[in-house]
Amino acid sequence: MSAKTLYDKLWDAHVVRQEEDGTALIYIDRQLLHEVTSPQAFEGLRMANRKPWRIDTNLATPDHNVPTTDLTGGVASIEDAVSRIQVETLGMNTREFGITEFAMGDVRQGIVHVVGPEEGATLPGMTVVCGDSHTATHGALGALAHGIGTSEVEHVLATQCLIQKKMKNMLVKVDGKLQPGVGPKDVVLAIIGEIGTAGGNGHAIEFGGQVFRDMSVEGRMTVCNMAIEAGARVGLVAVDEKTIDYVEGRPFAPNADQWEAAKQAWQDLKSDDNAVFDKVVEIDGSKIEPQVSWGTSPEMVLDVNGTVPNPAKESDPVKAGGIERALEYMGLKADMSVKDIPVDFVFIGSCTNSRIEDFRAAAEVLKGKKVSDKVEQALAVPGSGLVKLQAEKEGLDKIFTEAGFEWRNPGCSMCLAMNADKLPTGKHCASTSNRNFEGRQGAGGRTHLVSPEMAAAAAVAGHFVDVRDYL
Amino acid sequence: MDKFLKMTAIVAPMDRSNVDTDAIIPKQFLKSIKRSGFGPNLFDEWRYEDVGEPDADNSGRPLRKEFVLNQPRYQGAKILLARENFGCGSSREHAPWALKDYGFDVVIAPSFADIFFNNCFKNGILPIVLDEAIVDALFNEVHAEEGYQLTVDLENTQIVKPDGEMVTFEVDSFRRHCLLNGLDDIGLTLQHEADIKAYEEKTKQTAPWLFAG
Ligand code: SF4
Repeated sequence: MSAKTLYDKLWDAHVVRQEEDGTALIYIDRQLLHEVTSPQAFEGLRMANRKPWRIDTNLATPDHNVPTTDLTGGVASIEDAVSRIQVETLGMNTREFGITEFAMGDVRQGIVHVVGPEEGATLPGMTVVCGDSHTATHGALGALAHGIGTSEVEHVLATQCLIQKKMKNMLVKVDGKLQPGVGPKDVVLAIIGEIGTAGGNGHAIEFGGQVFRDMSVEGRMTVCNMAIEAGARVGLVAVDEKTIDYVEGRPFAPNADQWEAAKQAWQDLKSDDNAVFDKVVEIDGSKIEPQVSWGTSPEMVLDVNGTVPNPAKESDPVKAGGIERALEYMGLKADMSVKDIPVDFVFIGSCTNSRIEDFRAAAEVLKGKKVSDKVEQALAVPGSGLVKLQAEKEGLDKIFTEAGFEWRNPGCSMCLAMNADKLPTGKHCASTSNRNFEGRQGAGGRTHLVSPEMAAAAAVAGHFVDVRDYL
Repeated sequence: MDKFLKMTAIVAPMDRSNVDTDAIIPKQFLKSIKRSGFGPNLFDEWRYEDVGEPDADNSGRPLRKEFVLNQPRYQGAKILLARENFGCGSSREHAPWALKDYGFDVVIAPSFADIFFNNCFKNGILPIVLDEAIVDALFNEVHAEEGYQLTVDLENTQIVKPDGEMVTFEVDSFRRHCLLNGLDDIGLTLQHEADIKAYEEKTKQTAPWLFAG
């Protein structure tokens, strides 16, 4: 038998039916649902008089619209009527169809991509889908996970399957050892800077090499999370002992009777030694510096000690135009140093960086320090109620609040500003989220993507700084 | 879904690369729980001077006159001509819903983002990938000639220019079949119920923990 990549193995194990033209019916083991992309799917199900194929594979939690301030009033406390209706609709739909929901007020509620792995609801070897492009996150556990559209959400609800074509295989290999102060977020930003936002189009990216073997499972989630910013719907990391240790004992993980068999089955979830990839990119991990995005696309990213590009030095007119537009939107000058970019807002959160390790890392930088007077608001938003609880147990919330951060309740928050947490026009935000598109964090807002450590250091300084000077 | 056979319509040029889904339909409109009514807010931030709100009346809002869809010559366009990596960003299906609701049935570009590309087919929009050079030429022709129209013939996978020149394009045969016949994916899949059940029986043996719920 020919050698297979991890993606090949996951794909092959889930083919229900293969058509001659290359399309296949793929079985889905887990669907995660949230309030934004599911209402029209449930509506479609009802309109066609269909029932979910399997209820137990679905798990729902509201995240995009939930307020991160006081939750005691429950759904009714959401001021924006449209947001409230979406969250209420999720509750009504899950009740009607008997689907488990971690509703507002449940300690397990949170960002769907934080909740899935935390509950053991996403497991190695599974196919995982969600109506959200950052579903790639779950690939960190050796699951085949990707975002789907609302029609597909309905399709999975009704049939437990998806109609798919196989993607190509891409390997991003980062070897060497990361410098202190450089973390998973810097790695993935550097990768996107290198291959571009279309670099992974049509491919499933496996992240391989020493850097990912050394990385924690949560760090791998940060990396896989942003595979989509590199154009790939799927990000993957091979299963190892760390993966298995991470999964063990979680609420939805295999029970004791099945644990050994599951563990055994997961051993093979890695690419064979001589597996062939359609595309390979190699990066020297020891050379990666702390990253800061300067523009309006995640590929517009720089080393913290770099300078903002100058369109006059770009020979390709389309690219020069893109740089010019981004500079104007971001209110930056060509050739200025990244460290001179002011920071008005700081946001530590989102499905990229809102797990316990992210708050530990940021707290390490913040300990005993104060947020600069120049910073108007600094938000720390845990990815789930359980992350929040754990952080509070460790006293991290104190470090944040004493430094001048607001310690909030879980949700997507200022990652995309569907709730009340918005970045005002013209303001610069050091954000641990994943997208710096125009208006992403609020109309006219200026997003700079960074790691939690870099966000914390920027909060203290009031402008971007090299976190290594703060360690 | 309506059947897609052959259409002739005005072409609107969207001369930017990497047009993302936040630009196609800004996030505040994702709060709707409906599938329709997104057309007036397509490209909202580029189209209007002010900031749009969901469920508001858009008729009196100040327009950005220079924006392509606001120019009189492109009114009634059903074909959108775009640059590379069109539809990048989030998986929101609201993007094709908004394009469709506005009236676009076809988007032509040198490349598309994957999820957006798939979402188009599911909503009766035909995304066509053409060589960069051909797309360039189309941009020139659309800019040069007011009222420029193309005929898109899905049956024969051909585009016909006003001067009669034909450009063939490729489309996945399954997607073509579904569009031509207005077929619904779920109905098609449920025809394979026995295969799905057989797969489940087999997996219950090999990975019982996936069926523990
Ligand atoms: S945190 Fe941001 S990227 Fe992640 S699911 Fe929420 S809105 Fe999407």
